Amino acid sequence: MRILRHPILGELTGLKTVTIYYGDQPISAVEGEPIAAALLNAGIRVFRKTAKRHEPRGIFCAIGRCTDCMMIVDGVPNTRTCVTSVRDGMRVRLQDGRQ
Amino acid sequence: MRNVAAEVAVIGAGPAGLCAAYQARSAGADVLLIDENKLPGGQLFKQIHKFFGSGEHQAGVRGFDIAKALLTRVAESGVRVKLDSLVYGIQPDKSMGLLDAEENCLLRAEKVVIAAGAKENYTPFAGSTLPGVIGAGAAQTMIHINRVLPGKRVVMVGAGNVGLIVSYQLLQAGAEVAAVVEAAPRIGGYGVHAAKIRRAGVPIYVGHTISRAYGGTDGGGDCGAGAGGVEHVEIVRLDENWRPVAGSEFTLDADTVCLAVGLSPMTELIWMAGCRFEYIPAFGGHVPLHDHNMETTVGGLYVAGDVTGVEEASTAMEEGGLAGVAAAEALGYLSASAAARKKAEIAARLNSLREGPFGDARRAAKEKQLAAMARFCSCEAERGAV
Amino acid sequence: MPEGLVYTGIPSAAELAACPGIPSRERTAKGRVAVIECVQEIPCNPCERVCKRGAIKIGERITELPRLDGGLCTGCGVCVALCPGLAITVVDKTYSATEASIDFPYEFLPLPQKGGLVEACGRAGERVCTGRVLAVKKTAAYAGTAVVSIAVPVEFADDVRTMRVLRATEK
Repeated sequence: MRILRHPILGELTGLKTVTIYYGDQPISAVEGEPIAAALLNAGIRVFRKTAKRHEPRGIFCAIGRCTDCMMIVDGVPNTRTCVTSVRDGMRVRLQDGRQ
Repeated sequence: MRNVAAEVAVIGAGPAGLCAAYQARSAGADVLLIDENKLPGGQLFKQIHKFFGSGEHQAGVRGFDIAKALLTRVAESGVRVKLDSLVYGIQPDKSMGLLDAEENCLLRAEKVVIAAGAKENYTPFAGSTLPGVIGAGAAQTMIHINRVLPGKRVVMVGAGNVGLIVSYQLLQAGAEVAAVVEAAPRIGGYGVHAAKIRRAGVPIYVGHTISRAYGGTDGGGDCGAGAGGVEHVEIVRLDENWRPVAGSEFTLDADTVCLAVGLSPMTELIWMAGCRFEYIPAFGGHVPLHDHNMETTVGGLYVAGDVTGVEEASTAMEEGGLAGVAAAEALGYLSASAAARKKAEIAARLNSLREGPFGDARRAAKEKQLAAMARFCSCEAERGAV
Repeated sequence: MPEGLVYTGIPSAAELAACPGIPSRERTAKGRVAVIECVQEIPCNPCERVCKRGAIKIGERITELPRLDGGLCTGCGVCVALCPGLAITVVDKTYSATEASIDFPYEFLPLPQKGGLVEACGRAGERVCTGRVLAVKKTAAYAGTAVVSIAVPVEFADDVRTMRVLRATEK
């Protein structure tokens, strides 16, 4: 959910959007924002499956430290989606285990 | 390999690094400030609450406004700033590996200040790997930087200042906070932060912890991701020996669990450089020894902020200033008397931030750290004398 | 369950009674005055600096609790928005024959409308009574904090410290 109005930070206006794809699902993203933010905004929380037990996992730290949010981005695995900006047409796929 | 050089290299453009860079530069040194992020400011832009401290610490000013002012000062002072650039390694001679826009460079500086900050801790419980279990800092980043609400109904684990402040910030952003749970028998953060969220109707359970998060099927989109994230959270009371009390469990609806269970200094580069460390739990683990100039056991290598022991942005800014002044002095840009005056002013402000019941543990930890450094130096001196 | 700020997040009656930032009963009876519910020694002193009348004293050691001089305090309220802990309200028990006014800091949306009705709430977020909004102030100097003033029956003046916007007034 996008926070359009905020008591301290004010209103969010003039957003430019781009489209990225989670699998085949088109997702509207704000230009320049990290992939992880766009996915969370769209209600998507499963970013990858763990290596041993193949359990779903999403973001943890959101600042590029923990690597919990790694996905396959435009074919490149192990991409930290919390510190990688969206680009129009970008394709993001769930990563299953280590790649 | 391209060579990059500076008199002072500051690694990390958070509150400590910005202040170190500013002080060294305003004394006349050539300063290169490097950060791996696309934007400077570290976590300061995420701190939207008004700071504590005194007027000199900019008390009453919101963190992001302090960050804006710091950035302006740094830019005007002529510090060279390199963003989206990663210092990935350092040798004991302080030569560093730098990835600058994907290009591998050799970075050399006469003085190096490492202000790499800290990372959030994790705590395991059944279901703790489910999507929706996130760091409290991650929630702050999502809300204040990306303007995305990470969840609609949140259980906060930890009632230190981070847990309390982020709970309040979740409410401000429009989320519900189902509860704050704290394993310790008392609230660890400032009472005023706790009082704010209590007034907003959030219960705080001390002597309780999260025992389980139950997952559901949402959150997978139509990517075939299958089972999704957190839907319910089980809370349990702890006895005086921190053991769960059978039968005391209760369940709350929540789609998100925020962990605010402490931070750990990001000391990788400092270890790599060969600095000596001391284990100080009150500071979040192993922290580098340093003297009153913030200089480590490796000559010319300074540290500041959360890498020296997890405290607050206010202390980080002061320590950064101290390191910057000391580095400038060591390079000859400040006379001993001018540097001593500046350092004394900063030390007085640092001391005032480490006073009172909330400062005692940190003051004691800092004294322990400085004492360990003094022991190390006297051993070295003896060895030198033999 | 033990009482007190560190256990519940709510200052206990004993903590408030011992708090040097809370004006005397006699002073409160005379009209507008700041009520500083700051009971923990934390390093913080902007309230002292902002009070132009010198009614709030902390001193050199910034972890000392703020002491209110009820004789000097005029209830002007500049401290209310500035306190980083949002621990200060201005209470006027003489607002009208039957009502008290409470000015408190508020940092949520939506803001209430002047003249509208709100749920006046206590320190645990519990509904105490209905409040009538007298004013909503949000100046640049408040740095994002609004100061809301509400009128409540005078017998609730010591219990009301915040509000919730009623659904009907949310537009």
